[in-house]
Amino acid sequence: MKKRSVKSLALTSVVAVAVMLVLIPFFWMITTSFMKSGESFSYPPRFWPKAFTIQQYQILFQRLHFLRDFLNSFAVASLMTVSSLFINSLAGFAFAKYNFKARRFMFTSFLVTMVIPGQVGMLPVFLILRQMGMLNTYWGLILPGTVSAFSIFFFRQYMSTIPTDLIDSARIDGCGDFKIYWRIMLPLARPALVTLGLFTFLGTWNDFMWPLIVMNKDSMYTLPVALANLMGEHAPDTELMMAGSVVTTLPVMILFLALQKSYVSGLVAGSLKE
Amino acid sequence: MLKISHRDKKAVGYPGTRWSSVNAPYLFIAPSFVLLAVFFVIPVVAAFLMSFTDFDIYSLAHFRFARFVGLGNYMNLFSDPLFWKSMFNTFYFLILGGPLTIFVALLAAVLLNSKLVKFRSLLRLGFFAPVVATLVAVSVVWKYIYDPRFGLLNYALSFLGVAPRDWLSDPVWAMPAIILFAVWKNFGYTMMIFLAGLQTIPEVLYDAAGIDGAGSWQRFWRITVPMLAPTTLFVTVVTLIGYLQLFAEPYIMTGGGPMNSTLSIVLLMYRQGFRYWQMGYAASLAFVLAIVIFILTMIEMRVQKEGSAV
Repeated sequence: MKKRSVKSLALTSVVAVAVMLVLIPFFWMITTSFMKSGESFSYPPRFWPKAFTIQQYQILFQRLHFLRDFLNSFAVASLMTVSSLFINSLAGFAFAKYNFKARRFMFTSFLVTMVIPGQVGMLPVFLILRQMGMLNTYWGLILPGTVSAFSIFFFRQYMSTIPTDLIDSARIDGCGDFKIYWRIMLPLARPALVTLGLFTFLGTWNDFMWPLIVMNKDSMYTLPVALANLMGEHAPDTELMMAGSVVTTLPVMILFLALQKSYVSGLVAGSLKE
Repeated sequence: MLKISHRDKKAVGYPGTRWSSVNAPYLFIAPSFVLLAVFFVIPVVAAFLMSFTDFDIYSLAHFRFARFVGLGNYMNLFSDPLFWKSMFNTFYFLILGGPLTIFVALLAAVLLNSKLVKFRSLLRLGFFAPVVATLVAVSVVWKYIYDPRFGLLNYALSFLGVAPRDWLSDPVWAMPAIILFAVWKNFGYTMMIFLAGLQTIPEVLYDAAGIDGAGSWQRFWRITVPMLAPTTLFVTVVTLIGYLQLFAEPYIMTGGGPMNSTLSIVLLMYRQGFRYWQMGYAASLAFVLAIVIFILTMIEMRVQKEGSAV
């Protein structure tokens, strides 16, 4: 018995030390962001500010445009989440609960899109958006990424488990098809909505390449693009760059912490789908 | 919302008709189908056609300036040393980074699956944190970790007696530095999938092996590894596809340098297409990448299938 507890303590410590090593970059990022300019230029490196200061954050939000970039990121991620949940759940519902002629063909064509990497169509999508005057707009960033075969598949799987009896009885009560979707399926698919909503929000917030291409006016930058550009101008200002990184990554990490159960369950469900 | 369905019924005359139920699924799929056509199917076809033209900055003003050049772009591509360099770099990243990520993930998952370890869900969260972090933000942080004078890595290595090095400015070390960063960033995802796979292995298998006198090492190789084969296939394919699209890490940390030692295929495509506006050339690059991903995924699935059959 005793031997077992010693072993347990040893193993737990090993893993705990590994976790701490993995988290050091975050720790260092946060503490350095509260240092005075130039304070991190020291050897050995400092892990704690001499005196905490929000100077770097003031520069970001008052002199630079991180508030605007933050709002852009927030708007894009929110709009993307709402529109993609709506459109993909609607399609998922159709595939889960209707028998129709083109069903097989349409479902396969959605799945095929999962095999082709997004970069392939990127150049023409850029030209299409340009023709439509949608470069440097929120919707130009959102519309090309709204449909997700993964989401449609996920919704289909989830909604298949909802009893069809519910739909039949609603129909007898005179419920239209859209009303069945809106009043019955969506509320019952809440867990799927939360999981996919979280995936979409985080994915959109963290995305870099597509906003880099679509948003070339600095008033439309999202946080990752703004941070990448800040790097070009302020590379020597370590403390400022760390504050910028905190502003960029902390919101989504907090959101994840709050909803981690749905996130992890969705991750696992996605991997076991075969 | 009520109003919409009400109007639907009126349009066909009487409530609960066949019409709405026959057409409803098409109406429900229509928005995603249209978006998919406009922003995916048409662009992919267009990119394919574009890869046979000399679409450049002049064509950007008027599409009709683009001329058909046959296989010209592909010929240029295959004789461009930069293309081969980016291929080499991307595969270097994949072949070293992929297995390393999966190995670290498996190690972490097996440790976290042991009932001897306390606070497992908390520790699991710690390993997973880099996965949800914004890639650009943590790339920036790691750039400073690799700083030759004040960086944490050189400081940590100094305890082991390793001389300081300018990791990201050294053509030999820049890619390994990016690989180390990518392993840190991504192993948590793979670990989660492995943990889920480990939970599906029945406990009785281990008990039975224990009775037969199998040690923990043997149990790992004879039970855990084969039972995880489907999970391993899944994470291998996901890692493969993801790592072949390497872009933000070199964009932020090295800009593709030094001496193009971290220039990836997607970074080259971005430069050609959106910096120099050589869109025909970039389109051919994109297609080569897609074909490489497709072929490797097929090979991978075949190999794993045969492996598990033996």
